[in-house]
Amino acid sequence: MTNLFANFIIVGERTNVTGSAKFRKLIEADDYAGALVVARQQVENGANVLDVNVDAAMIDGPAAMTRFLNLIASEPDIAKIPLMIDSSKWEVIEAGLKCAQGKSVVNSISLKEGEEAFLHHAQRVRRYGAAAVVMAFDEKGQADTAKRKIEICTRAYNLLTDHGFPPEDIIFDPNIFAVATGIEEHADYAKDFFEATAYIRSELKGAHVSGGVSNVSFSFRGNEPVREAMHAVFLYHAIRAGMDMGIVNAGTLALYDDVAPDLRERVEDVILNRREDATERLLDVAEAAKAGGKKKDTERDLAWREQPVRARLAHALVHGITEFIIEDTEAARLEAERPLHVIEGPLMDGMGVVGDLFGAGKMFLPQVVKSARVMKQAVAYLLPFMEEEKERTGMAGKSNGKIVMATVKGDVHDIGKNIVGVVLQCNGYEIDDLGVMVSCDRILERAKEIGADAIGLSGLITPSLDEMVFVASEMQRTGMSLPLLIGGATTSRTHTAVKIAPAYKGPTIYVTDASRAVPVVQKLLGAERETLVAETKADQLAARESYLAGQDKRPRLPIALARKRAPKLEYKPVKPSFLGVRAFDDFPLEELVPYIDWTPFFASWELVGRFPAILQDDIVGEPARALYKDAQAMLEQLVAEKWVKASGVIGFWPANADGDDIVLYQDETRAAELARLHALRQQMDKGEAKGNFALSDFIAPHGTPDYVGGFAVTAGIGEEEVAIRFKRANDDYSAIMAQALCDRLAEAFAECMHAKVRRELWGYAAEETLGYEDFIAEKYRGIRPAPGYPAQPDHTEKRVIFDLLNATQNTGIDLTESMAMTPPSSVSGLYFAHPRAEYFGVGKIDRDQVEDYARRKGWDLAVAERWLAPILAYDPALAKAG
Amino acid sequence: MTREDRIKALNAALAARILTLDGSMGAYLQGFGLTANDFHGARFAEHPSSLKGNNDLLVLTRPDVIAKVHGAYLDAGVDIISTNTFSATKISQGEYALEEVVYEVNVDAARIAREACDAREAQDGKPRAVAGAIGPTTKLLSMSPEVGDPGRRDSDFDSMANGYEEQILGLIEGGADILLIETITDTLNAKSALWAAWEAFDKTGVELPIWISGTITDRSGRTLSGQTVEAFYNSVRHANPWAIGLNCALGPADMRAFLADLSRVAECAVSAYPNAGLPNAMGGYDETPHSMEAHYAEWARAGLLNITGGCCGTTPDHMEHMRHAVEGVTPRAIPARDTRLKLAGLEPFTAAA
Repeated sequence: MTNLFANFIIVGERTNVTGSAKFRKLIEADDYAGALVVARQQVENGANVLDVNVDAAMIDGPAAMTRFLNLIASEPDIAKIPLMIDSSKWEVIEAGLKCAQGKSVVNSISLKEGEEAFLHHAQRVRRYGAAAVVMAFDEKGQADTAKRKIEICTRAYNLLTDHGFPPEDIIFDPNIFAVATGIEEHADYAKDFFEATAYIRSELKGAHVSGGVSNVSFSFRGNEPVREAMHAVFLYHAIRAGMDMGIVNAGTLALYDDVAPDLRERVEDVILNRREDATERLLDVAEAAKAGGKKKDTERDLAWREQPVRARLAHALVHGITEFIIEDTEAARLEAERPLHVIEGPLMDGMGVVGDLFGAGKMFLPQVVKSARVMKQAVAYLLPFMEEEKERTGMAGKSNGKIVMATVKGDVHDIGKNIVGVVLQCNGYEIDDLGVMVSCDRILERAKEIGADAIGLSGLITPSLDEMVFVASEMQRTGMSLPLLIGGATTSRTHTAVKIAPAYKGPTIYVTDASRAVPVVQKLLGAERETLVAETKADQLAARESYLAGQDKRPRLPIALARKRAPKLEYKPVKPSFLGVRAFDDFPLEELVPYIDWTPFFASWELVGRFPAILQDDIVGEPARALYKDAQAMLEQLVAEKWVKASGVIGFWPANADGDDIVLYQDETRAAELARLHALRQQMDKGEAKGNFALSDFIAPHGTPDYVGGFAVTAGIGEEEVAIRFKRANDDYSAIMAQALCDRLAEAFAECMHAKVRRELWGYAAEETLGYEDFIAEKYRGIRPAPGYPAQPDHTEKRVIFDLLNATQNTGIDLTESMAMTPPSSVSGLYFAHPRAEYFGVGKIDRDQVEDYARRKGWDLAVAERWLAPILAYDPALAKAG
Repeated sequence: MTREDRIKALNAALAARILTLDGSMGAYLQGFGLTANDFHGARFAEHPSSLKGNNDLLVLTRPDVIAKVHGAYLDAGVDIISTNTFSATKISQGEYALEEVVYEVNVDAARIAREACDAREAQDGKPRAVAGAIGPTTKLLSMSPEVGDPGRRDSDFDSMANGYEEQILGLIEGGADILLIETITDTLNAKSALWAAWEAFDKTGVELPIWISGTITDRSGRTLSGQTVEAFYNSVRHANPWAIGLNCALGPADMRAFLADLSRVAECAVSAYPNAGLPNAMGGYDETPHSMEAHYAEWARAGLLNITGGCCGTTPDHMEHMRHAVEGVTPRAIPARDTRLKLAGLEPFTAAA
């Protein structure tokens, strides 16, 4: 359900001396520590913006504003949200602006003193980098009727925008005045506000509407129950009219549906001025409501406590009451067959009610957050029972898969995610919940660190959608392939298909709700995975096809022109010392050790710095040395006791370029073709001089005998067993250490083999003498590019190399369906010896090259587009539809 | 070429390719083995305190050296060089009791840079731009110098703005084409510099493009004053910057994630000029021209960039490699302006519509 009201901006009002006697006394008494507590409570209660007002007779405004804002600046819990600098005195506002590093809102400026003063203030507000509340107030006074409100706001809007003030930084306050005052002229005040609000939001493009809600109930001072009822009803209608910001007490927002029906009707009569005697009718019940308010609180308590447990749980969830939650949850557990049923039944039903109320704009975020807290406490109480049940039923210790879950950066909503997490846990999945506002880095690092089987992303607000696309694209960039689950209120099947799934080659699946999560995950991590993935892909393709929109495209060169712009190279090939394949089974590990590049090893442990300088680093030096010591100790043992086996295979073949292909021959007669490697060419317009590269450019065309090499090496045979051994002993540190070392050894193996190739096996650089630093900086002739990397983004070329090398038999490395190597501590690629050979990125390519490539590979276009998806310069779905 | 024509040419180039800025002044100056005499010169021979290390003063005492550094970067092929005025404000020069020469330093620094550019332009007809470098000063407006007294401040907005205004007026007079507010550790300092820029524009009738470059101090992704990248952007977006970016503190590897964050939200050109890695145990920098080239190339290809350069530890050699790395790569496309209300505390807040 789309929720228009989820976007209401709550401005915390308690740090305002004109509205809070408590805050005024604190400031007057110079008790700024106490004042900060009030501010923190506003943030904790869900305020999006903090209103600060120190306008009082006994207070030196500019000094108090400066001091309080400077103190707030050193409280990150408070300073995280933007400020509303609120004063009727310009010098106080200016003093506040001079202390605010963020972008604040000024409250307020107006036409009260004429256009010149108004524009002067507006210009200063802009130069200080703030948005402004503009009061519906002009030279003649405050606007009371809808007509005057609209007239003044329109005039102010035109003046501001004509002077370059951004419309979205204008927040109108069309004046909320007290109703039910007994004065007939006041009866339409709320209605006038709604009418002006609706006009502003539809006609004054970009501008917002705010207001101080408590003004409306001013005539009922001292009668909190009636005031709260009036605020609830007023807000309900104002938000519907388009009010999107309000100065309210974030802690005590009442619910429209919570107001007793009879009282609500009478309040609504007053707010909407529906009948002549509305005020009298409200006054008739006001005293009773006030008296009843107190009594009713306890009465109401008793009343809901007498309901059946299911209703009690729902009530506690909707009203955010934790007081009785343990006893009610226990009562429900005793009634239920399994503890899980309490979650799936009454608790989730209760959260359903919360969701409906929120969706209908009858609950606000802070209240929903309170509901979630109740839910969490209930679930936490049930968890031990579920654990115990798992043990009894023999499910303990078993995991059907690990799922990293997170609410994405910039979003704090985790109810849905928590529920999904709990439900999945109940079904035997291990859930690693990273919480809310989790950066992409952390999600991906964690997923890699724990070897997750899937990542679940959740979000409720719209910007989360972009963040999810970002996470997906980062998963793609960092070469991940595990399933990505998308859920949360604003996500949708279409968005997932059109925006998220195309950013990521791995399975990206939209999960409608918690009930859908279990079957999806079961299929995904079980035998039906391929079916589900295929179904999802087809489904998403269809969704994309139905989504037709023009897309911005950077022009690419036609492939024919790009080929004409291939670099013009000279070829003086060197013949390798042998032709064909040579395997290196059980390669001595000790020979690899000197080739280890330690810098990434430290990076994998989040110690940043270059080796060996990192060991002397002021900050991370000490942990780096400790880690290095442990690593050296394990490495020594690993090598001496041969925990893992390193195996490799290399080969050289006579070869010539044939267009963008590289043809490999059976023998030096170059009569019979052995295999064909395929290269992709850069199509970006780099200008004529630069050259559009393809790997085939580094091999001479027909006529000059040239050669190409290939390799596949691993240092991971047995690695998994080692890691498992440590994990069984609950020694995750050593498990991770062993894996990190194997990973480094595999890279070292590739480096070591490449050196051997250059110096002896191919021998084109026999005279090469390089030190450790030079290896790390790759200061040598020739390259060893790997399929799946920028110079040849097509992973399937690994298949060709593996077949040529008979790599699986020779080394034990397998290729998965998605062309990933197992064990993962493996490296494979090609050798090019040309002196001008360099690493480059193919970049995005156009459909003409993809069609050409598909022909060369003997693929359907669709297959080519799937494997090359990350580098397509066009959207295949759109191209087909168009 | 007049300043106006040059700015036009610069904007045309910005739309067509990735522009390049120079690298570190300090790293290069070290190679000259300058002594206290070079800093003091004849003019400040009797100055009561030591001036060694006051690099900005060399503009007056060894203008030939500064011109040489500019020349070396121009030879490396960069489009923009920055003036030797990082600390040329009353507030920073106050530490040397040299407040009176601040205006002169700025005028001369801009003039020396301008002359270096003009000389190259005379040779090949290609215009180069001078960015007037405006540093963060030695004081912070959002943070207390004392942990025990969090409400205290060393300076205030008005004094800071006043100091910046003097610097900016000098840079304008000396011939700067762009104002580069850089190495921003505290956004409020930067906001006072922006305020000062408008005051200076009002006074001179000259309006220069404003380039804002923040500093993320570590992997937490925050400025020293605690803002996230997006909050920082929201807080200076009112300046309609010509470009916004990140520089200093981090090497290219650590800067990437934050650059990507900025690149996603910025509605103007995006720049990055990292350090040559993190300082090592000896206070030096380990990234070589070659190793940095790969990062620049990857950033450019990933579409993160419009302008690139180098900060601490980078040299003309680094910049030459950088220039090669970004040459011919299509610059980041500048997105349309987001019309949502965007606010910020330490964290960003964006209204729904």
